[in-house]
Amino acid sequence: MTRPEIRVRDLHKSFGDNQVLKGIDLEMERGEVVCVIGPSGSGKSTLLRCVNLLEEPTKGQVFVGGTEITDPDVDIDAVRRRIGMVFQQFNLFPHLSVTENLTLPQRRVLGRDKASAARTAAENLARVGLSEKAEAYPASLSGGQQQRVAIARALAMGPQVMLFDEPTSALDPELVGDVLAVMRRLAREGMTMMVVTHEMTFAREVADRVVFMDGGVIVEDGTPDQVIGAPRHERTRHFLSRLLDPAMAEVEEETSDQVGGPAQ
Amino acid sequence: MAIDTDAELQPRKSGLTPRQRRRLSRGAQYVVFVAAVVALAAGADWGRLKNQFAQAHIARQLFPDLITVALKNTVLFTLSGFVVGLALGMVIALMRLSSVGPYRWLAGIYIEIFRGLPALLIFIFVGTGVPLAFPSIEYPGGIYGKVAVALGLVSAAYMAETIRAGIQAVPKGQMEAARSLGFSPARAMVSIILPQAFRIILPPLTNELVLLFKDSSLVLFLGVTLEQRELSKFGNDLASTTANSTPILVAGLCYLLITVPLSLVVRRMESKAKREIR
Repeated sequence: MTRPEIRVRDLHKSFGDNQVLKGIDLEMERGEVVCVIGPSGSGKSTLLRCVNLLEEPTKGQVFVGGTEITDPDVDIDAVRRRIGMVFQQFNLFPHLSVTENLTLPQRRVLGRDKASAARTAAENLARVGLSEKAEAYPASLSGGQQQRVAIARALAMGPQVMLFDEPTSALDPELVGDVLAVMRRLAREGMTMMVVTHEMTFAREVADRVVFMDGGVIVEDGTPDQVIGAPRHERTRHFLSRLLDPAMAEVEEETSDQVGGPAQ
Repeated sequence: MAIDTDAELQPRKSGLTPRQRRRLSRGAQYVVFVAAVVALAAGADWGRLKNQFAQAHIARQLFPDLITVALKNTVLFTLSGFVVGLALGMVIALMRLSSVGPYRWLAGIYIEIFRGLPALLIFIFVGTGVPLAFPSIEYPGGIYGKVAVALGLVSAAYMAETIRAGIQAVPKGQMEAARSLGFSPARAMVSIILPQAFRIILPPLTNELVLLFKDSSLVLFLGVTLEQRELSKFGNDLASTTANSTPILVAGLCYLLITVPLSLVVRRMESKAKREIR
């Protein structure tokens, strides 16, 4: 149990000349919930996408469950089966019904038979509270419902780790709560979760640790009370004050040390 | 050009108001249209037109071969060409999107060549050039195989570009979601991307089918037997034996019988797709 579930070592990622990650070291224990916060362009989404190799790191290593996924010989499709991912834009398959969204990956990727795939799908739809939408198509669902289906789809694959890339950023404010409730419950059930988010209340309440990133490096890493409640770094304080009270932001002078790539 | 002075906002005292001018222009367009129709109708010799194009007894002679031979062959040629073109176009589209450079170049060269050449030249090339160069090669299915290859080569270039556009129109997040669930790239393409791409390109593919119906008339340059004639050749042959153009008109109507409903279907699909846009 001492082996960390996720271990990131000296991770670098560049897009052309643009250095987005400049040496990230991070470890996550099994069952831990880590929220990654930071301004847009700080590299937090890129970090998340490196953990399941949707982005190929330029340098460094990533271990998930003891397997080095940055090893060129690793079967990345097999590794990804253990890592669930939830996207900002939901990315449900629009040509499939809700149930088919959950069953098709199980059958094609895991080779489950029709009946057991359907059973797993039904269980996970119930878990996110959307059993009554089983036959609906994604286009007829609200954003919040689509995101919960996306979570159920990832869960149906039986992942050991879940990655969330700004799961509530594309939602209307009144729909955010339902998605966060599902995630909170998942955290309580002991899922290992890495969540890139702007929801500070969620981070404070649910996260075991909060990581603040800026300019491609981890600036601060600690309990929510430390990082959000009593940030030690000026950059963290500045970010949090703008996030918690956006109306108070001043027009900033251009500074040359502003780093980071385009918003992801 | 400032127009905020009071004088410019006032209606002009002399001349027509904008509304009157619009009405006048619309009226003029109707007058021109009616005049053109009347002139055409008065200028044509209706008796001779009827003699040359609408002889009922000649039209009757065309049956049943018009349907059982000519129309049947047109449909067969077109569909077999479409199937070959779709399969080949699919391969070329995937090559065009490949990460392997030479595949991309090869696909690009194919598309440029076969889109740039008249279909007629390709028919002659397939019909005479290939058998001369490779005497041992025989097209399966005789003339039908030859036509399928010729029409397939022509349409594959267009369909490849259509399919490529369809694949690229599927949002990038779909592939990412599939990969993150553990799909291999090939599996994701087949199970997730292509079904969505084909929905998007169904209307342009159907248009391609309409174009192929017309291109199938080029078969006559391959040399066909009586039993292998399609609509155009059939109509043309009978027009010369009967010394009358009625068969041409009837053959033309047969084409429209197929292409007009297809076009309507395309239009239906397009307006439906427009309504379904998320």
